[in-house]
Amino acid sequence: MSIKAEHINYLYGEGTAFEQYALRDVSFEIGDGQFIGLIGHTGSGKSTLIQHLNGLLRASSGKIYYNGEDIYQDGYDMRALRNQVGLVFQYPEHQLFEVDVFSDVCFGPKNQGLSKEEMEARAREALTQVGLSERYWDQSPFELSGGQKRRVAIAGVLAMQPEVLILDEPTAGLDPRGRDEILDQISALHNEKRMTIILVSHSMEDIARYADRIMVMSHGEKLFDAPPKEVFGHYKELEEIGLAAPQITYVARQLREKGVPLEEDITTVEEAKKAILGLLKKTGKAGSKE
Amino acid sequence: MIREITLGQYYPVDSVLHRLDPRTKLFGTMVFIVSLFLANSLASYGIATLFLVLSIRLSKVPFSFMVRGLRAILFLLLISVSFNLFLTPGIEIFRIGFLKITWEGVRLAGFMALRLIYLVIGSSIMTLTTTPNQLTDGLEKSLGFLKRVKVPVHEISMMMSIALRFIPILVEETDKIMKAQMARGADFESGNLIQKARNMVPLLVPLFISAFRRATDLAMAMEARCYHGGDGRTKMKPLCYARRDRITYLVYLIYLVMIVLVRFS
Repeated sequence: MSIKAEHINYLYGEGTAFEQYALRDVSFEIGDGQFIGLIGHTGSGKSTLIQHLNGLLRASSGKIYYNGEDIYQDGYDMRALRNQVGLVFQYPEHQLFEVDVFSDVCFGPKNQGLSKEEMEARAREALTQVGLSERYWDQSPFELSGGQKRRVAIAGVLAMQPEVLILDEPTAGLDPRGRDEILDQISALHNEKRMTIILVSHSMEDIARYADRIMVMSHGEKLFDAPPKEVFGHYKELEEIGLAAPQITYVARQLREKGVPLEEDITTVEEAKKAILGLLKKTGKAGSKE
Repeated sequence: MIREITLGQYYPVDSVLHRLDPRTKLFGTMVFIVSLFLANSLASYGIATLFLVLSIRLSKVPFSFMVRGLRAILFLLLISVSFNLFLTPGIEIFRIGFLKITWEGVRLAGFMALRLIYLVIGSSIMTLTTTPNQLTDGLEKSLGFLKRVKVPVHEISMMMSIALRFIPILVEETDKIMKAQMARGADFESGNLIQKARNMVPLLVPLFISAFRRATDLAMAMEARCYHGGDGRTKMKPLCYARRDRITYLVYLIYLVMIVLVRFS
């Protein structure tokens, strides 16, 4: 049970003078239940890549396997694939269209051909998962605030109960609280439902906090593919392609330079807090002994 | 997915025709169209052909690009040619069942086909050598006299250029929304006409909403930069006639006189 990509190339304007690589020889394997952070500068091919994973774009060459099956083979059911690999686009609230929130969330399950009861049960579950209070369910989605619309749109994909959930910058344009709430809900889906998550983001902090593996894209190529601590260890290379390590990593680094014996691979505020408190305790004890 | 849609088929090369004032080209296209409706003999079509070939050569646009526009009228062309061919009374050449072909029919059908083809090629020369923006500029200035009878010429041309500018944006938006709904299992291809139309709702509603949102955003941005219509507004590139435009007008005049002489002599 996994997604496997082998030597994916994707060309824009194939066969014309404007031919250009959007993806170049990208290979990876994503196992069940992983939480992947996908980062890269604007135009690095992240969005193109994720659209390959549910068959919206077809690679110019290369192969993609979902659960061991070649998705480009004749007769492969792309709609079934899209049911299992849920994709939440950037600014997903722009795709809302129904008269009320509840029917909009039902759109996906309806296309799956489920019974009315099943459909509504799933919509209720999805709306609860994204934490949208029941009093909004009968309202028009266009009357909601930006953050609420975003939740409705995410619920619309969750209601299809995919095995893999891909989110393209789900927190873009949200305030810090809305951002944290949505990310925590995604993380809960990962922890409780063992859903495979692929999170595209520009926020290194978010990625460091949630992902257990990071893929870095640059100019259509995969540059790094490793656990967060290892990837952020390459902060110089990241800076060269317009990215960075989480800010706390820089703080920890400067503290080290000033002689504070912190570990080198601190990537989240939580870790830093623990390490510093630990140090204070040690030095405190040492002080009290003297 | 739907990238093939191209309006404004401007072909960017540097030629005499490209450098002409858009008003000159607009007027020239009009002269050419009028001449096609005046033409009724081999001689006059000969002159029109000469004029057209000359323009094509001067434009430096590959001929294949001009012919491309013909595909759109192929059906119309077939219908009008066959009607003229079979339904014109006159001296019979031969008949199949109730269908008969006459000399007059062949002549009329031929001229009709030529006229339609020339119309399309003639106007594509203009659109291939003029950017949509130049075109609206040209129209605004040429129709400026209508302002006196309270026609909001500037506003109309501003709307036209904004509409043209928005086409690629909306195409991109359509593509995005289509993909997003397909990711939710929407199906835009199968089903009969009514089902297909109904399946378009999840695409059209968000598209309209986003068009309205963009429109209000743009209006706000224009007001923030003190846009208040055409009065007293200056242009970065004001249109003015050069020597080549005067020469071109002279060529138009000679051409039109020739066509008229052939027609009425």
